[in-house]
Amino acid sequence: MYRYDQFDARIVAERVAQFRGQVARRLSGELLEDEFKPLRLQNGVYLQLHAYMLRIAIPYGQLSPRQLRRLAEVARDYDRGFGHFTTRQNIQFNWVALKDIPDVLEKLAEVEMHAIQTSGNCIRNTTTDHFAGAAQDELLDPRPWCEIIRQWSTFHPEFAALPRKFKIAVTAAEHDRAAIRVHDVGLHIRRKDGVTGFEVWVGGGQGRTPVIATLVNSFVPESEILDYLEAIMRVYNRYGRRDNKYKARIKILVTELGEAEYIRQVEEEYAAQRPHEKIALTADEIARIHAYFAPPALAAKPAVSERLEAAKAADPAFARWTRVNLHPHKAPGYASVTVSLKPQGIAPGDATDTQMELVADLAEKFGHGDIRVSHAQNLILPHVALDDLPEIYAALDAAGLGTANESRITDMIVCPGLDYCNLANARSIPVSLEVSKLFADPAYEEDIGRLHINVSGCINACGHHHVGHIGILGVDKKGEEFYQILLGGRADEKAALGNIVGPGLRAEEVPGAIHRVVEFYRAQRTSKDEKFIDTLERLGHQPFQEALYAAD
Amino acid sequence: MPLIKNGAEIANDWVFVAEGAPLPETGRFSVSLGRFLALKQGQENGPLPDGVRLSPADKAEDLEPYLAELALIEIDFPKYTDGRGYSHAQLLRRRYQYAGELRAVGHVLRDQIFYMHRSGFDAYETARAGLSEVLEALNEYSVVYQPAADPSVPAFRRRS
Repeated sequence: MYRYDQFDARIVAERVAQFRGQVARRLSGELLEDEFKPLRLQNGVYLQLHAYMLRIAIPYGQLSPRQLRRLAEVARDYDRGFGHFTTRQNIQFNWVALKDIPDVLEKLAEVEMHAIQTSGNCIRNTTTDHFAGAAQDELLDPRPWCEIIRQWSTFHPEFAALPRKFKIAVTAAEHDRAAIRVHDVGLHIRRKDGVTGFEVWVGGGQGRTPVIATLVNSFVPESEILDYLEAIMRVYNRYGRRDNKYKARIKILVTELGEAEYIRQVEEEYAAQRPHEKIALTADEIARIHAYFAPPALAAKPAVSERLEAAKAADPAFARWTRVNLHPHKAPGYASVTVSLKPQGIAPGDATDTQMELVADLAEKFGHGDIRVSHAQNLILPHVALDDLPEIYAALDAAGLGTANESRITDMIVCPGLDYCNLANARSIPVSLEVSKLFADPAYEEDIGRLHINVSGCINACGHHHVGHIGILGVDKKGEEFYQILLGGRADEKAALGNIVGPGLRAEEVPGAIHRVVEFYRAQRTSKDEKFIDTLERLGHQPFQEALYAAD
Repeated sequence: MPLIKNGAEIANDWVFVAEGAPLPETGRFSVSLGRFLALKQGQENGPLPDGVRLSPADKAEDLEPYLAELALIEIDFPKYTDGRGYSHAQLLRRRYQYAGELRAVGHVLRDQIFYMHRSGFDAYETARAGLSEVLEALNEYSVVYQPAADPSVPAFRRRS
């Protein structure tokens, strides 16, 4: 993984000193709260319902064991013993005191971490495939380009006060696990005539106006990608709407201009760049950054592990976990493991200090020191030998981390909702936990197969309800929480937005309604190989809607 | 209002002439982009200013033919959260190589000054930051990651 050199370390140290000064000026009253707000936001500090929240950047979701242990320490010493992993592959702490935040940042800087641009109207953490560098189906490892984008976008002087936040995602696999078509900019790495480059998608997004991105350029060579991004950003900074925060995202600019005119403006700005304006990233620098992401030295192993097969035969629960939570690795005899942060009864994405330390230990002992955070709010050990899976599972299971539900119905993406967030209209965690209860039987859940439920507590869509196979959206009706159900969304390479079906439901009606929809699917599917989303596409939404509202 | 340029507080001998107000016969002054273009193109008669004030929605490109005649371009930040002025500055300084004074006016706060400096500003009119604070803000970072309109060398060039 990337390691800081003297320059990276100095920038982060200088940021800590700067933020310490800003906090001191706020606490002394020199800075008004309105003036402090954009400063704290660009350092990940939100004022939530009960306290300040600190969001820490995990660039493209990668952590070392040392970093994860430091996050555990922060959870223990400055929060209430847990942290919450987010859909932007970051982590947030909900109970940190403002006066302590500079000290927390200093501790993070010691392990090459920061909270820069995790919030505010700037370029946020660039996200990618959580199996990057390990997945069988990737063209190449997208992380070096994420790091290059991280550095370019850090304290970019022109783009520090954008109309609104800006999110970039990168994938290099045909099966898109980074949801690039619902990002402000989505980059798909391609090869053409021996040159690496990027397919550039712009103007996707969720929130109150969900939009699937527009293909703006089918191939920008790697040597030009930062200059091309500068053109995209400049057009947005100058012409994105600033009169209404809900119309300020780049998707609205693309929609209002129309695809053709938007593309023309970007191409015109790009063509106007003069030679001395080009970033001209050096080949040495590109090579230097790529060298940090060299694949781990994996001992050659047979594709089938006898040890694993014997353990599976002896323990059906373990066998199920290996069927559900493993992802194929490039190297035979290895797999990527999903450590589920979605057990029954726990807020999705939460991990305690001791759980974080356990995952750090396992990564060190069995996983080449590599840990990822997925946008689905789980942890990943990307490089694990099949032979070691029995020990890993035993340790995870003993710590409540052995749930076999990766991409299954209880592996929900859920925003913090009204329990924490001052934007929310409804609670999202309790309703997700109630739905999960109905699918607690692991055999039943495995039988249902791949099914994504995404839950948001308001139309800002932090829980990605537009792109869940089933979306649940909390709304407020005259002081009472209601939940609208959406069907048919997906965030992958066939990205689509879900449709709201019928009137909202009371919280207590939601689990039963979801259960009826799932049972309807099981009755209608042609075989177990036909996934929920495929049956839904084949039959259309109408019969599913009827099932949703049928009386029990 | 204090004016800080090139690391020192200086006297402001410019006046901004508001829309519709009479143009002064003597002294240095600036006008809005619209009025400047009207004067240049003969739709309004009067003394020609060598200063222009840009608003966020203006097109900085419109000034390109006149840059050699201008001694001052003010870029107004009516709200400090509106970042369009940074793009104006980068265009003028980098693309069009404007060499005169580029002054930030309006809601100019200490914590924007580092970004302003990198975008090409060399003067700051601010009621909210004294000289020592501006100097402190300019020196908060000793390393930058990307080229901009200032002479800072990005980290990737210092590495090789």
